[in-house]
Amino acid sequence: MSIPQEHDYIGLSEPLPSEKISYKMAAAAAAAEGVSPSLNAEKIGAFNLKETELRLGLPGSEAPERKGGIGIGVSLFGKELKDESVCVKSFVSGAKRGFSHAINGAGKWGLSIHGGSAADLGGNGGPNVKEEIPAVKAVEERKNEASITAPASKAQVVGWPPIRSFRKNTLATNTPKKDDVAGKSGSGCLYIKVSMDGAPYLRKIDLKTYCSYAEISSALEKMFSCFTIGQCGQGLAAKEHLSESHLMDLLHGSEYVLTYEDKDGDWMLVGDVPWEMFTDSCRRLRIMKGSDAIGLAPRTMQKSKSQN
Amino acid sequence: MDPEPKKGDDSPSNSCNSHGPLHPQSPFPDEVLEKVLSFVDSHKDRSSISLVRKDWYNAERWTRSKLFIGNCYAVSPEIVARRFRRIKSVTLKGKPRFSDFNLVPLDWGANVYPWLVMFAKVYPFLEELRLKRMTITDEGLELLAKSFPRFKALSLSSCDGFTENGLKAIASHCRNLTEINIQDSITEDVGGGWLSCFPENFSSLEILNFSILNGDVNFNDLERLVSRCKLLRVLKVNESITLDELQRLLVHGPRLTELGTGSFPQELTPRQYEDIETAFCNCRNLQVLSCLWEATSVYLPLLYGACASLTFLNLSVAPLQSGEFAKFLAHCPNLRCLWVIDTVEDKGLEAVGLSCPLLEELRVYPADPDDRDHRDGVTELGFLAVSRGCPKLHYVLYFCRRMTNAAVVTIVQNCPNFTHFRLCIMTPRQPDYLTNEPMDEAFGAVVKTCTKIKRLSVSGLLTDQTFEYIGQYAKDLETLSVAFAGSSDWGMQCIMEGCPKLRKLEIRDCPFGDAALLSGREKYERIRSLWMSACRVTMKGCKLLARESPRLNVEVIREEGGNEDQALKVYLYRSVAGPRKDAPPFVLTL
Repeated sequence: MSIPQEHDYIGLSEPLPSEKISYKMAAAAAAAEGVSPSLNAEKIGAFNLKETELRLGLPGSEAPERKGGIGIGVSLFGKELKDESVCVKSFVSGAKRGFSHAINGAGKWGLSIHGGSAADLGGNGGPNVKEEIPAVKAVEERKNEASITAPASKAQVVGWPPIRSFRKNTLATNTPKKDDVAGKSGSGCLYIKVSMDGAPYLRKIDLKTYCSYAEISSALEKMFSCFTIGQCGQGLAAKEHLSESHLMDLLHGSEYVLTYEDKDGDWMLVGDVPWEMFTDSCRRLRIMKGSDAIGLAPRTMQKSKSQN
Repeated sequence: MDPEPKKGDDSPSNSCNSHGPLHPQSPFPDEVLEKVLSFVDSHKDRSSISLVRKDWYNAERWTRSKLFIGNCYAVSPEIVARRFRRIKSVTLKGKPRFSDFNLVPLDWGANVYPWLVMFAKVYPFLEELRLKRMTITDEGLELLAKSFPRFKALSLSSCDGFTENGLKAIASHCRNLTEINIQDSITEDVGGGWLSCFPENFSSLEILNFSILNGDVNFNDLERLVSRCKLLRVLKVNESITLDELQRLLVHGPRLTELGTGSFPQELTPRQYEDIETAFCNCRNLQVLSCLWEATSVYLPLLYGACASLTFLNLSVAPLQSGEFAKFLAHCPNLRCLWVIDTVEDKGLEAVGLSCPLLEELRVYPADPDDRDHRDGVTELGFLAVSRGCPKLHYVLYFCRRMTNAAVVTIVQNCPNFTHFRLCIMTPRQPDYLTNEPMDEAFGAVVKTCTKIKRLSVSGLLTDQTFEYIGQYAKDLETLSVAFAGSSDWGMQCIMEGCPKLRKLEIRDCPFGDAALLSGREKYERIRSLWMSACRVTMKGCKLLARESPRLNVEVIREEGGNEDQALKVYLYRSVAGPRKDAPPFVLTL
């Protein structure tokens, strides 16, 4: 009969003291294997010290300890898809927790940094909405959940609970509140799909619940923060192309941009047009990798130039 | 000798009768043996048959027409092609199951293309391809569409890699297609244009399931397709089809045995409401109903007419409240299998206990798996209520936020016939919420009482005691999933030394190290695969195991971060094909 054990919520955040392990069994097993149980505990301790370090990178700063082998610094024009495949998996557990620290502690992230500086685009009065995902070091997902000292709300663990992506997607968008009326388009609400490159599932949002680019981008930021791939904006090469407009400036220091498909089926950078025009013509949203969005910019600029 | 010329020199009858003293004459002529074997379908039985003697092995390999490969890397296309000559149906499974939960990086492998190339050469009369957790690209689908003139059935479960272009190739070229069945796919957006590519004279479709794909399909093309496919019995549409459109597709109502609804529109006119109601009443023979998306209480009554003979109701993506759910259940007296979301809460499950006496399988999914909204979901009480009312229950998948040992003990006393018991207490390492003790006794009760248990997923706070129980009592256990459990290597050792029928073991975030890993060295060639992630296994341990076991592929998935000595994701499996040739750089085969 085992001794009831004390575990704090996350469990592995401290070395398992040997008295807390079902000692008889551990000792028996250890004796059988010729290994002392305390050895394991020490090893765990060593792991955990490292685990408890949660590092965050601010945009524009190089995150420490990037392992060279699987390079994260993606050049804007390179399609480092292989790297992406490794990074995609780190839907960072606990990054959510880390984010709030970062967001609250480090001042405003993302949108507002650039929103403040580059106010208008083409004179149309809409704030910039290039979606900037705060950079977080790609912390090993499983270690991370163990290392966070129990916060008020629960940290996210990758792949836990074991629910398939498509279910998470539909559950996230379809769990009803009493007055929710889900509809494809038209009267009460305007549901559109939002996808993010590399995220395993898409979300739906109701455009009618937002009144400005700032609102929508902060909502999206929250929604997709758990998918952020820990990448700083470093390594965006060939900036000479990019200095042509405010839009292009925004691609500096960011891995992602927010784009939308309009009524004509064209993909545009969000922020071009007045808000009402945007909600009228937007059919879906996509948080795209900066490298993919480069092709969009000239067209957008042409469109906005012609509008001016 | 052998009357059938097409077999050639290699024929079983020729080879086995020529073996003199070493292989005494078989009591049966080969023709008889082969005829008898042609009735044996199960691949497990056939494997056993092939081990009896050489002539049986040969007879079996000539007569096998259905190929089942549970791990695509356990064998190679070449080996398969050499052994079997007349395959019509192939089932292939690829990635480890934890890939469903994003634990396996993209581009890990399991691409079916090399298999298709071989099949195109050796099995030109292939009719069915069923894939699970494999990657199939458009290139693969095109090869498939063009290489097999008799191709009939394509089933993709949890597969990725394709777009609508691949599906267009299938629709355009496969004249005899009877089945397109796409489930749980994890592809990027797949457009809906493929549905319009079936030729005008194409009418053989019997099973059409594209509910998981999110591209808009052209309704008119779909309507025409459905109306000319008079044999259609399974129709599961996606969310681009609304209920009022679906109604027009139900022209074959009485023939349908399985239906998946599309999305529910915002408003219906009274006339539309009536038409839909009538259409559903027309679906008299429906056995399986899946509801998508926003099935609200306004629309549920429309479906009542179709529920009289329903045996399987899938509401796993349609969140309902307990009241409307209970009303719905009252119309489904014959339910044997029910999938719901925990928005129905314990009250809803009480209704299950009252209304579904024939229930055999229950799955309760969480609406809020990441606990963002702090919903109650279901508890031990709901599970208890079901167990009291549904004595035939033998399959359960239950996501909850609290559970007690006492409840589980009672539940398995009420339902001792569990074969699949998958309990997920969503907070890792959570104890019995009343006694604060580990959940060891709960799972102990499961394995002691349910002697036929085949699949077990454990959760909650668990010490090594749980594994002692499992190792000792779960004699028929085949699949075990463990997460955030155990106290030491001993736990895993208990499993390795017990559980004689174990086939698949997946472990994550447990304190099992090299000693535990190595304790299973005798067992690994008898199981299909082992997954261990975020445990305490080191590269040293893995290398040692790999050295000792030449017929095992021991693979470590290297990811960013972590120190060089840790083996944070280990996947090992038996194989006659040797190390993978297509392993990406982040997969190290030791």
